[in-house]
Amino acid sequence: MHFGPHLLLAALEGLVTSAVLALTALGLSLVFGVMRVVNVAHGEFFMLGAVLAWAITTAIGGHPALGFLAALVIAPLIVGALALVAERLVLRRLNYNPEATIVATIGMLYIIQQLALTFYGPEARPVEPPFSYRILLPWFGYSGYKLSVIAASALLLLATWLVLTRTKIGLVMRATQYDSETAQAFGIPVGRVYGGVFALGAMLAAIAAVLIVPISQAHYLMGQDPLLLSFIVVIIGGLGSLRGTVVAAVLIGMSDGIISMFFSPTLAKIIATLLVAMVLVFRPQGLFGTASR
Amino acid sequence: MSEASPAKAYTLHLGVIALLFVLSFLLPEYYHGLLARIMVLAVFAMGYNMLFGYVGLLSLGHAMFFAAGLYGAGLAVIQLGWNVPLAFLGGIACGAVLALGIGLLALRTTGVAFMIVTMMFAQVFYLLILYFATWTGGDQGMVVPQPARVLSFGATALELTNPTVRYMTALALFSIVLLVTLAIVRSRYGRVLVAIRENEERTKMLGYDTFSNKLAAVVISGTICAASGAAYALLFGYVGSSFASVQYSILPLLWVLLGGAATTLGPLIGTLFMYYVIDITSGYTSAYLLIVGIALILLVLFFPKGILGSVRQRWLGWLP
Amino acid sequence: MMPLLTTKGLSRNFGGLRAVDGVDFALMPGEIRAVIGPNGAGKTTFVSLVSGRIQPSSGMIVFDGADITSQPAYIRVRQGIAYTFQITSVFANLSAYDNVALPVQRTLSDGRSKGAVRAGVMAALERTGLADRAHMPAGQLSYGHQRLLEVAMGLALKPRLLILDEPTQGLADSEIDNFITLVREIAKNATVLLIEHNMPVVMQLADRITVFNAGKILAEGTPEAIRENAAVQEAYLGTAP
Repeated sequence: MHFGPHLLLAALEGLVTSAVLALTALGLSLVFGVMRVVNVAHGEFFMLGAVLAWAITTAIGGHPALGFLAALVIAPLIVGALALVAERLVLRRLNYNPEATIVATIGMLYIIQQLALTFYGPEARPVEPPFSYRILLPWFGYSGYKLSVIAASALLLLATWLVLTRTKIGLVMRATQYDSETAQAFGIPVGRVYGGVFALGAMLAAIAAVLIVPISQAHYLMGQDPLLLSFIVVIIGGLGSLRGTVVAAVLIGMSDGIISMFFSPTLAKIIATLLVAMVLVFRPQGLFGTASR
Repeated sequence: MSEASPAKAYTLHLGVIALLFVLSFLLPEYYHGLLARIMVLAVFAMGYNMLFGYVGLLSLGHAMFFAAGLYGAGLAVIQLGWNVPLAFLGGIACGAVLALGIGLLALRTTGVAFMIVTMMFAQVFYLLILYFATWTGGDQGMVVPQPARVLSFGATALELTNPTVRYMTALALFSIVLLVTLAIVRSRYGRVLVAIRENEERTKMLGYDTFSNKLAAVVISGTICAASGAAYALLFGYVGSSFASVQYSILPLLWVLLGGAATTLGPLIGTLFMYYVIDITSGYTSAYLLIVGIALILLVLFFPKGILGSVRQRWLGWLP
Repeated sequence: MMPLLTTKGLSRNFGGLRAVDGVDFALMPGEIRAVIGPNGAGKTTFVSLVSGRIQPSSGMIVFDGADITSQPAYIRVRQGIAYTFQITSVFANLSAYDNVALPVQRTLSDGRSKGAVRAGVMAALERTGLADRAHMPAGQLSYGHQRLLEVAMGLALKPRLLILDEPTQGLADSEIDNFITLVREIAKNATVLLIEHNMPVVMQLADRITVFNAGKILAEGTPEAIRENAAVQEAYLGTAP
């Protein structure tokens, strides 16, 4: 294959990564933006989504599309419910203190990971894609499912953006993000908003995982990379900024896809992590964000 | 903190050291080895406590300092053929230099950003170990060969593989670090560190250069952690990348939270207790991470001061 | 005589707001100077600029003949500018003794014995009448005592310029009388810059008064002159007791 098509393939793969990453990172970003909570267990909600998708499709059987659609609805709901319970039982009792919550979510990370290992096992298991249509390009065939992942993610991002900017729910969330005490004084049920946002963040990660699981398999340790990449995206995009998150996700996803074709993945990770740490040190508002208020 | 009751404090600490010395002759073989390991890891926790407990800086990357000592000492023996004392000092120096560099960068941030930055630097360090697998052994790690693990003073040679020698060396390191920590905490510098933890802005307005003070604390903390890592490599003979992973940044946090942050003896109690709990439960379950996770959540929810922190609050106000 | 402190064209913007706007100010050694003005006039911002807690947008600060505009706060403290906070911010979990020991141990350049710290701390606590509460956690002291502890910490810095930001706020009348005596005592060895709302305190203590309004100096003069000043009365005194 020539260089051009090679690059096109890498770019397409990068777009798929970006699409899933944008959804996952958006969840992390919302939780941090509204609640000021750094959710270290976010990657485990992602993993849980994938593992549940496997469990649901296996239980339902029949045509792969049937099981997949069921998983796309049920898995995020279960993960969201779980996140809500964790929020009520743990985070709320800590008054969302940043340091205490980070320690608590580390605890959640270990618990979820260990339970997945115990009940799901150490194997990586595949989920069949809902359809296996291949689009024939002049140079190579490309999975139609992967393209649909990009489309689905774009739609979901658009929907989230509409909810955040055009609806009363979005207004309430933004008011809480801006100043939770004043929001409380104006009768906004801040506690419920926090619970909802934490659940929504986890659900976004779970949806992303269900979308990706037909491409990469479900595994109990699969939450680690998305967590790191989401951190990177959220930091580069500016903490709590939706547009920044999407731009950064595309940037990271594309460069990750392209770089890992040419460099060792470990080296790519080293460089990316180091760069992001430097961004946090020297430009904490992110590359695209504006200075904090 | 207060200038009162130095005698009580030193008596207590010397008593703990004496107790550990006596235990060496009383414990059965299995616990003897376990306690040696716990003492070395408690040094790691004490280093962590220096920064987290006394300065209030929560790092999620201290595994890199432990690993700097571990690999610094291990590689010095394996690749360079240095003798044990030199390798030990080399490991400590690696940790000190790393801590200085990391401190200069990470201390530009505060709060949550500080936690994430330290975690990311530690992750880079971990990945570097994997990347340079030719020298570091990658995720397989390396074994420090037994013949190299000998302390020689002129004609007498002490083999670090001998359980008693190992125990006494671990105890010596533990005692030195414990007494140094106690001295630092009770010193004027210790008072400044606590002041920074309580209110950094106010401390600045008393004429203190808080950045330099915090930087010094990061270096002291990193050096102690590196000493623990170097001792681990030389005493137990294994140098592995898992010691640089995120998990080994979380464990000292857990030990310190459990034993009591900002107490000199808390790290030992926390490490001991956690090992004991895992030792008991390992009979029933291999889900050791589950216990770590549950312990973390229960501690922050119901017991944020830890064991000795609560003891100090209720009964022994003078406890350093 | 050369002024101890001067500012030239000192300004600080917060977004679009000019909190401090081109202030030229001079303070003579040994003076007790009161800064008054309505809420939001820029008094606290002004002294924060002087102490280095915030950086000016433009202008210059000269202390004892040296330009200190770009120096960080802790260096200014070491050169003799002490600031006591408007909102009490003693170290609540440390004992009163430790609170005062922090400034004392830093000012001791030699004779680093425990005895020297102890003597310095007890002297400062004695001057503020807190000696018998030395080992109480500062957070458990009464509000008035916490304000005094704040002053003791400022004193222990052995400042040449002591900035007191609303020191009598929330004090009882009897406590205020003691406080006035204390400030007179302090002024024997130091210059005092005092932000104060309580006009009787200002009139009793101040050698000169500077009136701020909308980020600028509206008037400056002796207490009598300020009392007579029509512009000041309109802007401020007319609505104050």
